Amino acid sequence: MPDYTRRVAKAPALVGGFVLPSGPRLPRVGSVDAVALEERAATLAKRSIKRESKVQALRLAVRMMDLTTLEGQDTPGKVAALCSKAIRPDPVDRSVPSVAAVCVYPSLAGVAKERLAGSGVRVASVATAFPSGQSPVEIKIAETRAVVELGADEVDMVIDRGAFLSGRYAKVYDEIVRVKEVCGDAHLKVILETGELGTYDNVRRASLIAIAAGADFIKTSTGKINPAATLPVTLCMMEVVRDVYAETGRMVGIKPAGGIRVSKQAVQYLVVLYETLGREWMTPDLFRFGASSLLNDVLMQLRKEKTGLYQSGDYFTID
Amino acid sequence: MAQVEKRESSAPAPAPLEWEYAPAPEARDVVQLEERYGLFVGGEIVQPQTGEWFASISPSTEETLFEVALAGEADVDGAVGAARDAYENGWSGLAPSERAKYLFRIARILQERSRELAVAESLDGGKPIRESRDVDIPLAAAHFFYYAGWADKLEYAFPNRTPEPLGVAAQIIPWNFPLLMLAWKIAPALACGNTVVLKPAETTPLTAMIFADVCRQAELPPGVVNLVTGDGTTGAHLVRHDGIDKLAFTGSTEVGKLIMRELAGRDVRLTLELGGKAANIVFDDAALDQAVEGIVNGIYFNQGHVCCAGSRLLVQESIYEPLLEKLKRRLSTLRVGDPLDKNTDVGAINSKAQLEKIRELVASGEDEGAEIFQPECELPERGYWFVPTLFTNVAQSYRIAQEEIFGPVLSVLTFRTPEEAIEKANNTPYGLSAGVWTEKGSRILWMVERLRAGVVWANTFNRFDPTSPFGGYRESGFGREGGRHGLEPYLRLE
Repeated sequence: MPDYTRRVAKAPALVGGFVLPSGPRLPRVGSVDAVALEERAATLAKRSIKRESKVQALRLAVRMMDLTTLEGQDTPGKVAALCSKAIRPDPVDRSVPSVAAVCVYPSLAGVAKERLAGSGVRVASVATAFPSGQSPVEIKIAETRAVVELGADEVDMVIDRGAFLSGRYAKVYDEIVRVKEVCGDAHLKVILETGELGTYDNVRRASLIAIAAGADFIKTSTGKINPAATLPVTLCMMEVVRDVYAETGRMVGIKPAGGIRVSKQAVQYLVVLYETLGREWMTPDLFRFGASSLLNDVLMQLRKEKTGLYQSGDYFTID
Repeated sequence: MAQVEKRESSAPAPAPLEWEYAPAPEARDVVQLEERYGLFVGGEIVQPQTGEWFASISPSTEETLFEVALAGEADVDGAVGAARDAYENGWSGLAPSERAKYLFRIARILQERSRELAVAESLDGGKPIRESRDVDIPLAAAHFFYYAGWADKLEYAFPNRTPEPLGVAAQIIPWNFPLLMLAWKIAPALACGNTVVLKPAETTPLTAMIFADVCRQAELPPGVVNLVTGDGTTGAHLVRHDGIDKLAFTGSTEVGKLIMRELAGRDVRLTLELGGKAANIVFDDAALDQAVEGIVNGIYFNQGHVCCAGSRLLVQESIYEPLLEKLKRRLSTLRVGDPLDKNTDVGAINSKAQLEKIRELVASGEDEGAEIFQPECELPERGYWFVPTLFTNVAQSYRIAQEEIFGPVLSVLTFRTPEEAIEKANNTPYGLSAGVWTEKGSRILWMVERLRAGVVWANTFNRFDPTSPFGGYRESGFGREGGRHGLEPYLRLE
């Protein structure tokens, strides 16, 4: 493992979960006003990011990317190609950095591990009966254990939305705690699947449960449900992370995933991140994009900033 | 395995990105500034009979942008005469649906020229382009659209009454929302069949002069809208003129009182929209992050040059600390600077005089013992600027808790119970607006019944809409603008 990995947001795996402090202000779940939240996100989305600040943001977006393929038709060949792309996204322009990780299904984690060995690009595997999470907890734990053994550096688990929506928060919490226990050194990203939670208040509550249970990252979506990541829902999760940081000093990462397809969106997310959590979160250790087609659009924009010309999609590899 | 570039495992971890937004200025060249702007009287641009002109400067650079006419008594008389003529020989007799057509046309032209108007507003007044682009100009157009719709439906607005126009409406507007205030005044007046003589504020005449061009473009009959620029003396001539039937004033309470005295005993209808010292009340169950946004929008929007600004923050003591932490953090992310930069949140103070007034009141707050917080921020060298400011440890008796500052300065007070919040909120001679932040619907209603304020916002602040009436209580004035209520001051209802 390179040094770099030790800095990634990492919660201690405590038996019984991560305990939130019971200071005078807690337990306070707090609430979210949907109108004002969406208005704030819309205001930030109108920031005009130009020239050098845009290039900086796009290069950072590449470094923050979890290049993802999560399909029934995935094969070792497909994953191998994706891994090459992850290591060197733009064969023409070697100054473009590698992405953060490649995100795959458990059965292909081994292939990814082999192809990415020594590159610094991490292997992320989904687990816990992704995407529905509708399996017995023992199976979820066994699956997590398996992907860690296959060499996954990061585990992207899903919460049990059925349990959450029926008010069985303890079940949601306990599952995350148990998965965290078998993650070992692997980082745990907890997918809330915000598109199924219905309200921002629920997103806030689910975020707190996940963080309390030991999530290193909280992640919006599986990519299988519409809507996936949106700017307001990501802002809502950032506000939770900010509150947890203010109360405990613990830095939790955030990963919007699904639906982020163009550079402009990526820059908008970074603006919201920058103005909500500050520069300390402007690192792949604490922020990721779960995406696949986004990468080529970012490469196209970077090429354009460098040469002044837009080039056809044919000049960028499809992997 | 493919040849891959291996990253040195000893390579230092990448540090978080130091990110600065590059300047993103809106292009100025959409506004063609003239050297001099005359008066708009009887459909023509005319030279002032006083022969006097004064400079309009940009508050963000202190450069002189153009000169504008100083209208004297004879000029005002000419404008009122032109308005009277237009009223009696055409406008009042025009089919209401025809009046509506002109208003719709003006609204559309405002939309078409919105970029030019937004840049002009920011250039002349110092407000951030983000606000003039997203708030001032769209709302101004919306007001014309809204009142255009009422023009031929007045009898439905007031069933069983016979609405008749008043005649010539004299209107005096402030510098904080130049075009928007113009729209608030002119749209209902024209929709009701009146003609208008309007005096724009001394420091912000530019969008009004562009509006003169909009009137000509819309082929509005000459004399229906007349614009007289000038200072306080011009306003006084207009108030004293015996040819006016109605006076609408938005501005300071001090001047409002003078006007009321002046009009006593005269047959002139009056509406006043004056100052305020609004309480923004945050309960412990509020959505805190959104409340912080609302507080910021309440007081730092338009540099705090807002009569209904939430300048007194009342926080329930149980959440005082976390809320203040959040608020201070948020304040330090505000981007103060060039009003024409698309990323600017807080622009320039409108005038030197206003800047001095803000400084004086802030100094008094420090003298009286309040604790000041100002985020670190770099201000441009030239121009009029004031760092967004927050005062804690404020007592109800301090001047900063009593007087209207009209700048980006917030006074924070605390309360323990809803009763105490009401008591403190109402303890002011003003009564324009208030804000309530709570997730409990019943508490919002309970508060609204007791707050003595013309406008109460719940879980939002500084939100305006043409359909919603706006106006004050007590020393914040009387009469309503906006909505169906906004028609009444411009009609005689038999």
